[in-house]
Amino acid sequence: MSLVKEHELHKRRRGRNIGVGLVLAAFIAIIFGLTFVKVTRENFQVQPQQGVTDGN
Amino acid sequence: MSDASLHASPYENEAQFGDYFALLKPRVMTLVVFTAFVGLLAAPVGVHPFVGFCAVLFIAVGGGASGALNMWYDSDIDAVMKRTAKRPIPAGKVTRDEALAIGLTLSVFAVVFLGLATNWVAAGLLAFTIFFYVVVYTMWLKRLTPQNIVIGGAAGAFPPMIGWAAATGDISTASVLMFCLTFLWTPPHFWALALFVRMDYDNATVPMLTVTHGRRATRRHILVYTVLLAVFAIGLGFTQVGGPVYLATSVLLNALFLKGAVQIARRDEAQAEADSYKVEKKFFKLSLLYLFAHFGAILVDAGLDRLGVWG
Repeated sequence: MSLVKEHELHKRRRGRNIGVGLVLAAFIAIIFGLTFVKVTRENFQVQPQQGVTDGN
Repeated sequence: MSDASLHASPYENEAQFGDYFALLKPRVMTLVVFTAFVGLLAAPVGVHPFVGFCAVLFIAVGGGASGALNMWYDSDIDAVMKRTAKRPIPAGKVTRDEALAIGLTLSVFAVVFLGLATNWVAAGLLAFTIFFYVVVYTMWLKRLTPQNIVIGGAAGAFPPMIGWAAATGDISTASVLMFCLTFLWTPPHFWALALFVRMDYDNATVPMLTVTHGRRATRRHILVYTVLLAVFAIGLGFTQVGGPVYLATSVLLNALFLKGAVQIARRDEAQAEADSYKVEKKFFKLSLLYLFAHFGAILVDAGLDRLGVWG
């Protein structure tokens, strides 16, 4: 039996799997886009760590 | 047992992606998206287009999540009403537990990400909207009072306020009046429909004004809410989101809406049945245009303002 043989379950759930895949891809794109927009804004500042500012 | 049932697949009723999506009440979501978008664009503070897009998306997801939680709780009454019997849970496609899990997960996701993308005032308003729709409306008052439409309308009225808060980080007179516009519009819109469409809420033991107080009282209620709506709708024209286009649209539509509401209040059932509820049907159609045109006019004025047309 071939390892790549498609099970009936795969066919049956193809629509669901593609849908979930697209939702996850959209989620990644949104997080990436939001991060990009936030860090490229003029007023974006990285908060200095407490230890670094105290000279410890 | 029939031949067809013998050969039917045991997985025939298995949920597809569309069934899970249907849990989010996509038709209701379109109104949420549109009004939230208007609230966001009408705000005096500009937001980055991508942040604005995400804000509207998260508001829509939050609205959809509350729809899923509504279907989880109301699956017993959905099953006995013709209009809702084909929803994913009563149709046997999705289980109640799945709907609950999806609703809760998406609620938390939408609130947290709206807060991270914009601000926590908008996120707090979204969280309150979900709580109000699911707990106050669905679980508590829907089956208790014939004013359920008014309470449900309040939940549907929050999106423009959330859109506004996403841009500005606060609540203002203009955003509260945008809330009032949808809030006061819902009762006359729905009760006009209830007058000419026979609904089976009785079977589901959900109290409807047409049944508990009669059709005469429903007609009077439509008029009262339409008068209140006119005051708040035209009042919105004098806030910072109002402009010439909004005021002209609002005055015209409120005049027509009031005329229709007076006609409905003056009619009795015999007259309505004689012309197959012509006036009520016309009023209902006008109500659809009414809300779309009001929010559309806010959008047009905001656009013209940004282009500097009004100086």
